Amino acid sequence: MSERNGHAAGAGAGGGGPTGGPRPAGPPSDAERIKSSSRHLRGTILESLEDPLTGAVRPDDAALLKFHGTYQQDDRDLRDERRRSRLEPAYQFMVRVRAPGGVVAPAQWLALDGIARTAADGSLRLTTRQSFQMHAVLKWDLQRTIAMVNQTLLSTLAACGDVNRNVMCNPNPHVSALHAQVYEHARALSEHLSPRTAAYHEIWVDGEKVVDSRGIPERAGTGEAPAARPHGPGGDDEEPLYGTTYLPRKFKIGIAVPPSNDVDVFSQDLGFIAIARGDRLTAFNVAVGGGMGMTYGEPATYPNLAELVGSCTPEQLIAVAETVVAVQRDFGDRSDRKHARLKYTIGDRSIEWFRDELHRRLGWELAPALPYAFESSGDRLGWTDGADGRHHLTLLVENGRLRGRALDGMREIARIHDGDFRLTPNQNLIVARVSRGKRARIEAVAREHGLTAGEGQSAMRRGAVACVALPTCGLAMADAERYLPHLLDRLDPILADAGLSQAEIVVRMSGCPNGCSRPFLGEIGFTGKAPGRYNLYLGAGFSGDRLNCLYRENIGEEEIVAALDPILHHYARERTPGERFGDFVVRAGYVQAVASGKDFHAAAERGRAALA
Amino acid sequence: MLGSPFTADQAQALEALVAGMTPEQRAWLGGYLAGLQAAGLGAAPAALPQAPAAGPAAPAPPEVTVVYGSQTGNAAGLARRLADRVRGAGLAASVHSLGDFEARQLRQAQRLLLVTSTQGDGDPPDNAIAFRELLQSRKAPRLEHLRYAVLGLGDSSYEHFNQTARDFDTRLAELGATPLHPRAECDLDYEEAAAAWIEAVVAVVAADAAPGGPVPAGPAAASAPPSAAPAYSRTHPFPAEVLDNVELHGRGADRSTRHVELSLAGSGLSWEPGDSLGVFARNDQGLVELLLRAADWDPATPLEGGAPLGPALAERYEITVLTRPMLAKIAEVTGSASLAALLRPEREADLRAYLAGRDLIDLIQDHGLRGVPARDLVAALRRLPPRLYSIASSPAACPEEPHLTVRLLDYQAHGRPRRGVCSSHLASLAPGDTVPVFVQSNPNFRLPADPAAPVIMIGPGTGVAPFRAFLEERAEAGAPGRNWLFFGDRRFRTDFLYQTDWQRWRQKGVLTRMDVAFSRDRAEKVYVQHRMLQHGRELYAWLQDGAAVYVCGDEKRMAPDVHEALAGILMREGGCDRDAAEERLSQMRRERRYQRDVY
Repeated sequence: MSERNGHAAGAGAGGGGPTGGPRPAGPPSDAERIKSSSRHLRGTILESLEDPLTGAVRPDDAALLKFHGTYQQDDRDLRDERRRSRLEPAYQFMVRVRAPGGVVAPAQWLALDGIARTAADGSLRLTTRQSFQMHAVLKWDLQRTIAMVNQTLLSTLAACGDVNRNVMCNPNPHVSALHAQVYEHARALSEHLSPRTAAYHEIWVDGEKVVDSRGIPERAGTGEAPAARPHGPGGDDEEPLYGTTYLPRKFKIGIAVPPSNDVDVFSQDLGFIAIARGDRLTAFNVAVGGGMGMTYGEPATYPNLAELVGSCTPEQLIAVAETVVAVQRDFGDRSDRKHARLKYTIGDRSIEWFRDELHRRLGWELAPALPYAFESSGDRLGWTDGADGRHHLTLLVENGRLRGRALDGMREIARIHDGDFRLTPNQNLIVARVSRGKRARIEAVAREHGLTAGEGQSAMRRGAVACVALPTCGLAMADAERYLPHLLDRLDPILADAGLSQAEIVVRMSGCPNGCSRPFLGEIGFTGKAPGRYNLYLGAGFSGDRLNCLYRENIGEEEIVAALDPILHHYARERTPGERFGDFVVRAGYVQAVASGKDFHAAAERGRAALA
Repeated sequence: MLGSPFTADQAQALEALVAGMTPEQRAWLGGYLAGLQAAGLGAAPAALPQAPAAGPAAPAPPEVTVVYGSQTGNAAGLARRLADRVRGAGLAASVHSLGDFEARQLRQAQRLLLVTSTQGDGDPPDNAIAFRELLQSRKAPRLEHLRYAVLGLGDSSYEHFNQTARDFDTRLAELGATPLHPRAECDLDYEEAAAAWIEAVVAVVAADAAPGGPVPAGPAAASAPPSAAPAYSRTHPFPAEVLDNVELHGRGADRSTRHVELSLAGSGLSWEPGDSLGVFARNDQGLVELLLRAADWDPATPLEGGAPLGPALAERYEITVLTRPMLAKIAEVTGSASLAALLRPEREADLRAYLAGRDLIDLIQDHGLRGVPARDLVAALRRLPPRLYSIASSPAACPEEPHLTVRLLDYQAHGRPRRGVCSSHLASLAPGDTVPVFVQSNPNFRLPADPAAPVIMIGPGTGVAPFRAFLEERAEAGAPGRNWLFFGDRRFRTDFLYQTDWQRWRQKGVLTRMDVAFSRDRAEKVYVQHRMLQHGRELYAWLQDGAAVYVCGDEKRMAPDVHEALAGILMREGGCDRDAAEERLSQMRRERRYQRDVY
């Protein structure tokens, strides 16, 4: 169990060195030009969609499409043979569906299932940010697909792009009254920070631009009016908060409900920790500046854990979030996208500077942070009973991928179910609020379709998380989702031999260092370097409160297995009661404890020096 | 000018001249005089050339070509910086992504500075893959005229550090190019090393470009024109070497079309866009063996003239097509009653039905001809005819390299798989193999003489082949005329023949517009004529502007449908009746503005 004493981080508390101040502002990156000249994300997307010679969109439009919730990708396995055949890459689109807090109703599930089967590749993926992903949608089907998503009352808007993304929220079905309160805040926050541009409805929902008498495009479609909001210096009429250039980079918010840190609250740009008295929500601790991504070979980039800056009341939540976003909008680095997340905005100045700026803009000060305690970042798999007499079944979904029999099974369950579904930040799925009468039937359908809570699997496998990576992700340098199960096949016998089959050890694998699976919070973490080769990191805190440290660089499967085998056995022999693997490897000296993001590379250096 | 050999007047004039010169002009003059000296010219020339660029004695220093292979943009950034520095030294420089750098440009380059990263464990960046293949293929040009230098970016945590830069360096040298400066291999922290290399190379290039510096041999000196080439023709086909043979459809396609590149080097043969290449194929060896077994023939049996039966059946005779005269001859020599019955005049329809899709093996089995002497039967066979393919490349862009677009004929009939003789033969050839060919001129399928005339091309399926040559020709000639292409096939994803070529030409503005029809992507089938009608108004406007219309491909359905669409557009947009529309099309034919190559 990790505890924090409730004081906001003070000077130097993060262990970071003296701040050098912000870098001199360089020229804006090309992404900034694309945004500012896009007429609030319209660009030439419609023209691109109509071009019959290519399944791709123009490069500028590909950048803009992210804001609309879709990434242009291609099947990288086919790239070379298609080039030889004088065919363009097999372009396709990943469509990400935002569900605040990961909650969807059975009717929405069935609609998404239908879209996945008809317009995508027949699979649904549950992401590490509680969103849905559909893959292999062709350009010609993109408008229809996104329109169908909107008909489900879900949206793809801002599922990607330089805006606030899906707001994560602990799906906590166990204390349903508390979840309802926290979820409501997550939903409101997500709505409040959504882009307002009418471009989304023009392009995807209506297909035609609605122009009012003044000739100004009007938000069309659902009839819901955007919340009237005075805009700050960065905003304008169409985007009161974001203006024409939106944010310098993506922005992530997560809300944790202790004792679970399943949302990895310290990995978020902005993390809220719910503080409750009984099942009544009383406050939120506020943590800023987390983020996983880094770039190989650029020590100025690093993963970072968010730092606490205080607490606020539930009523103040939206004002705090909006102000944090506005500070990042105005101070974030718009020149170097690898250095543009909030963690660098703060890291280049200081946490005190940030807090002062926040307070100045708010016009009031955050209260001191309140005590809380996290126990774990994992999920409780299997059946649990809620306080309200309902039941919850948390199903293990390997790497979040549902297809074939498992997808069929979920469709069956959605047809029966009268509660809701909740996606967990560990890519698992909760059939939540099952009424007493339906429990047996849902249990039977699940079993029949091979949907399980991972019984009989090692605890390590049950908790493992991998991103999508090859062949569709353009950033991937190595496989993740396709490879991790195989690597675990190699590790399982070692665990069994060491008596660790039921030891919970957090394993995370990403195909690149950008960190979608939050690899730097794995007690064992992997980031891809080249096909079949990975960096191996060890020693993150079990509940997500300490980054891991580079242990071996650019190694293949045999070296990975050879490296982990003795450490796992050593851990099995010499761990103290209750000692977590991540803590053990630090104590045993395999890696150095990483004090903060700025220490991430230095700790690896210290480790190397210590071994030399 | 103490101690100079000049008179006072000369010295004064010279001093005045030199004082007003730029450093480049001085450098040039130095080289010019050195050149005169070297050439042994004692007398001063009558007049000095006016400007270095216009000087006949010393051409402008060759442009420096900077190319890059880049994944993340680092190498591209360095390449641009390098080019800026070269320009700063007073030389012309151009920058190209290796992905856009064509063989022709490589052949023409004289100073090549190559910056490339290496990906993962020794792989080239995506945009350099094609260039690596070019260098390693048989099509790689000789580069004796080229001087070059290579800058590599890599990551030393990988085993094959800077492998791509090493590979390019080695291969360029193997192709005869001369290094200007040693290769640099930079690590992740490349800035310093790269900057040093850039400065050193720019200095070398600048010195090298000064007159009197090394003189490149020039591409013309590298290859002598072929002398006394034998006159190859249909009767004396040229054994063309296969340079490349690739599938044009993507994975999952239900058909196969090969892109075959051949070499006519040394043949003296040439062609114009619109011409065809005649190809002599061999029969499939498996089919020949099946025939030998079906007829119970010994392959060693000598035929008239002594040639053995087996090879003759493979190379000389048509065994996959049945004809009426052939059946008549066979009926005569064998006395087959069933065959004679089938040939009776009143059974014409039966005969036609029988001939369709059947071959010699069917005939032998169906009419009990097993055991008939080989000589009797073979005497009735036709010589294997050549097959004509529209050439898909322009001689201006690909001298001596005709490209063919070969769709594989592959179907099941009468209980046996059947394959087109020539298409399957061509598909089976590997680079280095040869195949006998000749050029078949097609004067009725020619680009307009006026390079400014607009052109409308309609070529679904392999009918698009000559239009690839047309566009390449117009691109190469810099013809200002607009070009509009209609293409169709079954599926966008797998059947879009030469997709990236069209995209490139559209990007360059050569292909003004292109409309496509994929018949199996949607419930309703869409063909090229539907696209023409859909854009009838604009197409009519092009015709009014004097556009020439070309149709290539299927004769039975496509060509009449397209003709119908053209007539429909003329009626609808021109407000005339059917007869007038037909008359207009006839008129266009006479003016050579409506040409067809259909089969």
